[in-house]
Amino acid sequence: MSKEHTEKRIVYSPDGEPIEIDPIKDYFEGGRPEIRNPRNGIIEKFANWARSESLWILGFGTGCGAIEMRPLMTPRFDAYRFGYQWRPTPRQSSVFVISGYLSVKTLKRVIRSYEQMQNPKFVVALGSCTINGGMYYDSYNTINRLDHYLPVDVYITGCMPRPEALLAGFDHLKRKIKEGRGEGANKYAENFDWYKANQKKIIKDWDIPDYNW
Amino acid sequence: MDTIWIKLLFSLLTIFIVLNYGLLLQGVVRKIGARVGRRYGIRWYQPWIDIIKNYAKRTKITHGIMYYIAPAFRLTGGIGLLLFMPVIYGTDMFSNFSFTGDLLLLLYFQFFGVLGMALGAAEGGHPYSAMGVSRGLAQVTAYELTLTLGIIAIAVQYQTLSITEIVAAQQGGIANWTIITNPLAGIALMLAFLAAMGRSPFDVVIAPQEIPIGPPTEFHSGLLGVLQLNRAIFPAAKLILFMNLLFGGATDWGTLIIKTFLIYMWSVFVGVAFPRFRVDQSIRWYLFIPLIIGVLAVLFMKF
Repeated sequence: MSKEHTEKRIVYSPDGEPIEIDPIKDYFEGGRPEIRNPRNGIIEKFANWARSESLWILGFGTGCGAIEMRPLMTPRFDAYRFGYQWRPTPRQSSVFVISGYLSVKTLKRVIRSYEQMQNPKFVVALGSCTINGGMYYDSYNTINRLDHYLPVDVYITGCMPRPEALLAGFDHLKRKIKEGRGEGANKYAENFDWYKANQKKIIKDWDIPDYNW
Repeated sequence: MDTIWIKLLFSLLTIFIVLNYGLLLQGVVRKIGARVGRRYGIRWYQPWIDIIKNYAKRTKITHGIMYYIAPAFRLTGGIGLLLFMPVIYGTDMFSNFSFTGDLLLLLYFQFFGVLGMALGAAEGGHPYSAMGVSRGLAQVTAYELTLTLGIIAIAVQYQTLSITEIVAAQQGGIANWTIITNPLAGIALMLAFLAAMGRSPFDVVIAPQEIPIGPPTEFHSGLLGVLQLNRAIFPAAKLILFMNLLFGGATDWGTLIIKTFLIYMWSVFVGVAFPRFRVDQSIRWYLFIPLIIGVLAVLFMKF
């Protein structure tokens, strides 16, 4: 796999001035994720309540299960009334729904998007494919256990789970956050090396820094 | 010395009331939009939770100084618009910092926040932000023409640049309101109002389903919280401005809330009835009929 686009190079401005470009450094920011300990007492409880009642879901349909998320926005299920909203950018979202099977190619994008989300962030794994590979268990280019690559908060089983099951799963996530157990981002930071090693084992053309934000 | 402190306290009170009113409007209007679409809709207090959630985020990243200043610029635009006009006519304290030339200053504040966002979004480095900002600036420039022509017509009509005097001239019944006495300027302003509120036909700039959410693409956590505060204050301040210019202002908070809510409904009804314009379409639309009405309004005043 060619990695030319990530190598250092020198380009010339219209005036002939040389400009050094280092894509990895210019387009990404390295470093390691830090553990942010929750505050104590009532402030954190209040914050957790707000977090659980305003779950912004990243609109990233990774697999076929994404088709079960669309009905949630329609009049029949209308997830907005429970405080779920869809955001188009990982920066503003707090919930990442991995909807179904995850191909290796998508996994790389998923990791980038997940790392761009801000702490605290939660992962909901949808469908059997995220638990044991489901019907793609022996496929050459999908992963079997999502838990090895990202810290998962809630699993919703089924192939595919109905929108009602999704709502029930989100409800479970809400309870988990309110109890103060939604610390996936800190878990990721804590076991960063283990997650990275697993990710790199699967993704052969690793051309991004270890941690981009 | 004492009066300035009292004035400041009342300004803070104004901001607090208008902020909460703006958030309430947001929630209620989204609920109405949902009901039109046969959905149950969000809870009316959802905007408050969203803001608390964003401030409660534990991490944020930075792209540079301008990236931090941009939300402050944006909020300054909203608060400036609010504080430099009489919110409640006839009271000293809720007239805040209005002065004889405030009409001109408010025209400037309309643009102020967008320019600040342009700088911040550019530093964010995301191509979608730049695209969103260029769309936003183009659209603001288009409706600003109609808006300015309407305001000039009103200024000529009342021979003043002071909003307090404009409101004073409209007291004494519906027949004295500018929308009745100067319908051309009224129509021009109400057409510009549609885009100023950033609702449906003209919301391509920040619509989440389009080029991802436009200018605020990169903003998150507390920075997004500041932008959300502004999205509550700025529309409410604009509503109060239009109420002052066209609908006789308000002498108490109850009147203010009823009038601004009804004015907002104009853009809400248009919003739920008409699909979204692309930016080139909305600019063309604004540079044709509304602009002609605006020019006619000024000419009508002249002759």
